Amino acid sequence: MTGEPFYNFAYLDEQTKRMIRRAILKAIAIPGYQVPFASREMPMPYGWGTGGVQVTAAIIGRDDVLKVIDQGADDTTNAVSIRAFFQKVTNVAVTTDTGAATIIQTRHRIPEHPLIDGQIIVYQVPIPEPLRFLEPRETETRTMHALEEYGLMHVKLYEDIARHGEIATTYAYPVKVEGRYVMDPSPTPKFDNPKMHMSPALQLFGAGRERRIYAIPPYSDVVSLDFDDHPFTVQRFDKPCALCGGDDVYLDEVIMDDRGTRMFVCSDTAHCDGRRSEGHVGKQAAVEEARR
Amino acid sequence: MYVAVKGGEKAIANAHRLLADRRRGNRDLPAIGLDQIVEQLALGVDRVMAEGSLYDRELAALALRQARGDMIEAIFLLRAYRTTLSRFGYSRPIETGEMRIERRISATFKDLPGGQLLGPTFDYTHRLLDPSLAGDEAIPEGERISVDDASPPPRVSALLAEEGLVEEDGSVEGDHIADITREPQDYPMGRDGRLQSLARGDEGFLLALAYSTQRGFGRSHPFAGEIRIGEVEVELDVPELDFAVPLGRVRVTECQMINQFKGSAKAPPQFTRGYGLVFGQSERKAMAMALCDRSLRAGELGEETGAPAQDEEFVLSHCDNVQATGFVEHLKLPHYVDFQAELDLVRRMRAVHEAENETAEDQREAAE
Amino acid sequence: MSDQPLMTARGVTKIYGERIGCEAVDLDIYPGEIVAIVGESGSGKTTLLNCLSARLAPSAGSIYYRMRDGRLQDLYAMGEAERRFLMRTDWGFVHQNPADGLRMGVSAGANVGERLMAVGERHYGRIRDTALDWLERVEISTDRIDDRPNAFSGGMRQRLQIARNLVTGPRLVFMDEPTGGLDVSVQARLLDLLRGLVGELGLAAIVVTHDLAVARLLSQRIMVMKDGRVIEHGLTDRVLDDPREPYTQLLVSSILQV
Repeated sequence: MTGEPFYNFAYLDEQTKRMIRRAILKAIAIPGYQVPFASREMPMPYGWGTGGVQVTAAIIGRDDVLKVIDQGADDTTNAVSIRAFFQKVTNVAVTTDTGAATIIQTRHRIPEHPLIDGQIIVYQVPIPEPLRFLEPRETETRTMHALEEYGLMHVKLYEDIARHGEIATTYAYPVKVEGRYVMDPSPTPKFDNPKMHMSPALQLFGAGRERRIYAIPPYSDVVSLDFDDHPFTVQRFDKPCALCGGDDVYLDEVIMDDRGTRMFVCSDTAHCDGRRSEGHVGKQAAVEEARR
Repeated sequence: MYVAVKGGEKAIANAHRLLADRRRGNRDLPAIGLDQIVEQLALGVDRVMAEGSLYDRELAALALRQARGDMIEAIFLLRAYRTTLSRFGYSRPIETGEMRIERRISATFKDLPGGQLLGPTFDYTHRLLDPSLAGDEAIPEGERISVDDASPPPRVSALLAEEGLVEEDGSVEGDHIADITREPQDYPMGRDGRLQSLARGDEGFLLALAYSTQRGFGRSHPFAGEIRIGEVEVELDVPELDFAVPLGRVRVTECQMINQFKGSAKAPPQFTRGYGLVFGQSERKAMAMALCDRSLRAGELGEETGAPAQDEEFVLSHCDNVQATGFVEHLKLPHYVDFQAELDLVRRMRAVHEAENETAEDQREAAE
Repeated sequence: MSDQPLMTARGVTKIYGERIGCEAVDLDIYPGEIVAIVGESGSGKTTLLNCLSARLAPSAGSIYYRMRDGRLQDLYAMGEAERRFLMRTDWGFVHQNPADGLRMGVSAGANVGERLMAVGERHYGRIRDTALDWLERVEISTDRIDDRPNAFSGGMRQRLQIARNLVTGPRLVFMDEPTGGLDVSVQARLLDLLRGLVGELGLAAIVVTHDLAVARLLSQRIMVMKDGRVIEHGLTDRVLDDPREPYTQLLVSSILQV
């Protein structure tokens, strides 16, 4: 039982892949609608990307080039682990370069580099139901979607403004797709929400434990929910990346020492590396360069 | 100098090497053999098979050893393997009425055809730690009375059914039986899917729920009609043949709970049933399953609902320990992107809060 | 009052197993009219109310509702989407226990604003202004707008529930013992408020109550129920002052006159 000889290309058997592809096709046909599918146990735990892994396994071919990120980075342990899994069971080419990838599996971020026509981004989703924390019952939330009863969603946003003066949802910020279904974009920061709108790439979402697949077809209308007088806004960082000097990117806060020194760097490591190899230099990188 | 966290790959490889080392433990001791686990930790193996939904003692023992004795990890290993196996058919329903019985008890009748058979049970043992088991003392052979396998004892439910005192065995509408491993789950779920979910559900979770019904959170007035443990034949219909092909025997535990029922508009007063069936020997799980099954039928039988054990969506969507452990433990994964977003929000809200306080302070001072 | 009924029910019957919930009830309710359904507990009045308000499918009989475009619609032949829409726009339902009709976990403002948001209002400022206006109308201090109803007294909760129901300008409101569980002095204030609002807005309402004083104060017409059947109905003053059925006479004589 050492692995390889036991398992089919991309791990799942062909029948299972076909079942998942049928679910994906249905999801594409009804943008934002959560299609139930018979999720399989995978050799990694539920909640660790099994939905995304099943979607990727169902669509990946021998000529694909795969990129896997977690928190925007290619080298976080879970990204490494999932990438290694696909290398083992498919032997496809892998990359960290967003532009070179045909399939990008992600957890919690959308790459900074704009996605292009023909690319597929696969999101790992823990809780696909945007209404879950307002209404815990699946039977009830499905009815609410079917009848387009989304008043409750706005009640939540209303409460945020009444309490905090603004909509205090910073990630997994709900969107409406093609004017019909309210959808959870997975726990990406709301900073990434605008990237989903009219994206040329196909966006697929897989929730393994909750057994749901949903999709945003290329060039779809994706609107973040808001009020007319409290429009949706994204986080802004008041300084550029300390390593590459990049603006308008999502930053991670890094604690440098125990005296409260902090540095802000790109969360998208491939983007940061790319900029630095093009010669862009941030403040911290410049200091270190001078010290050397 | 700041270096972004690299080398995840190397860290993982090292961690796995350390795990292998710890798993083996002190090399001066002989490695534990799978046959030893199968033979001497048999009930642990049974639980892994039951909740792993795969009947294979050797593989379950391997999983248990690979998991260092962690039950849920072992169950997970077996499930992940099971899901890759190709499906070549569905067996015929097993006939527990023809079980080769090793244990069979009923709490509802003092004596009954076929008699009470205690079998290898912990019941009535005094729970005193036994120092003699620390070594390897010789153990005398057990004795097995000869049971007439040709005419197995009838099930208690069948005896009651003759008088119409207990409801009929449920039947499946149409000839499609749900397969929760192959179809998306949807609520409300049929009893077929429900029983499948319970059969692989976490023993501890079902035990706690079953217990809650006894303490008043959705009482169902149960009697242990019959519990039987033993081996049953598994048979497969092969299209080219006109008889069922026997595939072998599996050991199962079956529990039929008999529950009081006052009757409804549709049904006369009679006893109803809760059903439990699990791989291997596990009365606790089979009984808990039967109690949960009956609780989940409250709606169908027109009884008052509202207790946790009567809530199908609550019970079934949380009883799978492989799902539960994955999601609870996924909190270990990095969440720093989300956390950053929240950090930013909290900082901003604190700034606003402080500014407001200062303004209030200034106004107060000005007023003074 | 319009000459066309808002709701027409014929032969409404609900049977639970062997037991009769209500049987063969006919009812017409006209725009702007308040009808009280009275009877002891177990007389079937709440079952009837639930049937009429599309919350419990009757075993037999028909219930038609006149939509805003004048069309008569069979309640139980409607799609669920249409029925739910009706329930949150054109109808209101005031529960005896306000906790059943409110969202206890969100603020008073959100409770009042929910229906507006459900029908597509997307301007925070306007929602808030409307909520403030309604809190004032039901005599809840506007500085409580961001408080949750679980910090409110029973009477305040009930008034909040009323505001939440009336904010979309419904034409028909169902009330199940709206003053039940409240102190007498609080009851009187609530009844005054209800009477004022109902008159001002021209609402039709069906009020279930075991309290004949409530029926007299609010309703123009009254139906007396016993064992699932309507045994007497007519103008409220007539029935209460000159009851014809012995059972009604008993009921009337056993309460204090108001």
